[in-house]
Amino acid sequence: MHPAPSVIVFTVLSGMGFGLLAFLGAGLPAPSGWAAFFHWGLGYSLAVGGLLASTFHLGNPQRFLRAFTQWRSSWLSREAIASVACLLALAPVALSNWLGFGWPRALGLIGAVLALATIFCTAMIYAQLKTIPRWNHWTTPALFVAFAGAGGAILAGQSGAGAVMSALLLALLLAAFRIGDGAFAARAQTLGTATGLGTIGPVQGTVRVFEQPHTSPNYLMREMIYLVARKHVQKLRSVTLIGAGIAPALLLPLTPPSLLGFAVIALVHLTGAFAARWLFFAQAEHVVGLYYGQR
Amino acid sequence: MTSLPTHTEKKLGLAIDLDTCVGCQACVTACKGWNDQGYGAPLSDQDPYGAAPSGAFLNRVHSYEITPDQGAAVIVNFPRSCLHCEDAPCVPVCPTGASYKRVEDGIVLVNEDACIGCGLCAWACPYGAREMDGDVGVMKKCTLCVDRIYNEHLPEEDRVPACVRTCPTGARHFGDFADPDSTVSQLAKQRGGYDLMPDLGTRPTNKYLPPRRKDAPDMSAPLAPLLDIQATGFAGWLDKVLGKI
Repeated sequence: MHPAPSVIVFTVLSGMGFGLLAFLGAGLPAPSGWAAFFHWGLGYSLAVGGLLASTFHLGNPQRFLRAFTQWRSSWLSREAIASVACLLALAPVALSNWLGFGWPRALGLIGAVLALATIFCTAMIYAQLKTIPRWNHWTTPALFVAFAGAGGAILAGQSGAGAVMSALLLALLLAAFRIGDGAFAARAQTLGTATGLGTIGPVQGTVRVFEQPHTSPNYLMREMIYLVARKHVQKLRSVTLIGAGIAPALLLPLTPPSLLGFAVIALVHLTGAFAARWLFFAQAEHVVGLYYGQR
Repeated sequence: MTSLPTHTEKKLGLAIDLDTCVGCQACVTACKGWNDQGYGAPLSDQDPYGAAPSGAFLNRVHSYEITPDQGAAVIVNFPRSCLHCEDAPCVPVCPTGASYKRVEDGIVLVNEDACIGCGLCAWACPYGAREMDGDVGVMKKCTLCVDRIYNEHLPEEDRVPACVRTCPTGARHFGDFADPDSTVSQLAKQRGGYDLMPDLGTRPTNKYLPPRRKDAPDMSAPLAPLLDIQATGFAGWLDKVLGKI
């Protein structure tokens, strides 16, 4: 799949932002005064900034309001609703923290659940697609939630939770790489099965592309067949595992809590998260590529 | 609503004969031509006369080579367009309700005024049936020429999809698969019409009719007649005499 920068930026930043909002909603930590303003402000900026970035890949972003209507069937619509509901539910909690109203925590907990629901919906947009075997697996929502949990914990300054979530993320990444690498082959789809010409009818045999249907790439090939730079997979996986998993898991318990310390670890985590998300798209293979003899 | 209907009154679709298709691309051209002017935004091209032409098409014809275990390879031309699936995976993923399947005839359509161009439906389709229009940023797909098949301003013989009307070899058949007596149902039954990637659970309406086995000369020992020449007449006498010397 084509790794569109807008979608990578959106999923990484908004995931981290909603993760932070979940921690703040749960009162971990519960800052007050201007500290609360900046902490909540960071969470809202990442979450809203990510959502805005996601509109850049739309053909007609001015019609975005319609995306709130199909929650009964569409994970994308559910994501839109959950995200706005989360941002609205947490707004009074943020105000209460900032201005010291002392309002009860219950709304914050609801907002935290909605933040997790948003991340889950985002992940299910990808995980639901049977056409992309690598994504069509429980590891996809698990990874998205773990990324938000680890990133959110680092930004929330929760060393213990951050280290545990980073270690969990590391394990999930290793599992997702291993399972994902065999996912396409496990579905046993080939050009022969996709066309039926290898297995059905009186004439059967080995099928290969004789001539392509068009001479220059079309939308399908640009969007769903992405071959460039898969050769750097191993290096990028190392960046991912070290940046998003190993380094935060080791550094968080060792670093004394300070703004600078958490900022550095957050940047290390982000580097790993961006590499992971780039790989998530670039390595995903869509079955339509079979018709072109490519993947 | 983007939920799929549980039942459609008709199941309009195509039976595509892989045996008779000659790969002339006339259906591709006819489809592009009709959909430049009919339903929705015209199908656009980008840089059509330049170095890197590209455009949205609703129908593509691939060409494959089958090498059987025995005998010569066979070329099969393979038209690929929307199969108007009963469990169309492109419909429920749509966040805006733009993508829908009609209850009356089972045609899968896009309401272009509601499409935000997110592309998720194209990701959900295993068959590559949907292409984003590069000009207007909405998803385009085969409409089964919904603006022809019910159009009473057209002569009756033209009230079929443009690809079917134009096919010079009659490789594309249009009809109602819900009616067991329709031409397409009968063709699918007689010829073993099959679904593409049935394991994905999409239940396509369109059926592909597999290529027939071709007649072939007996090629087991093509040079055998040359080894067993019996000369007659003068040549036979000469052959006999020379053989005795």
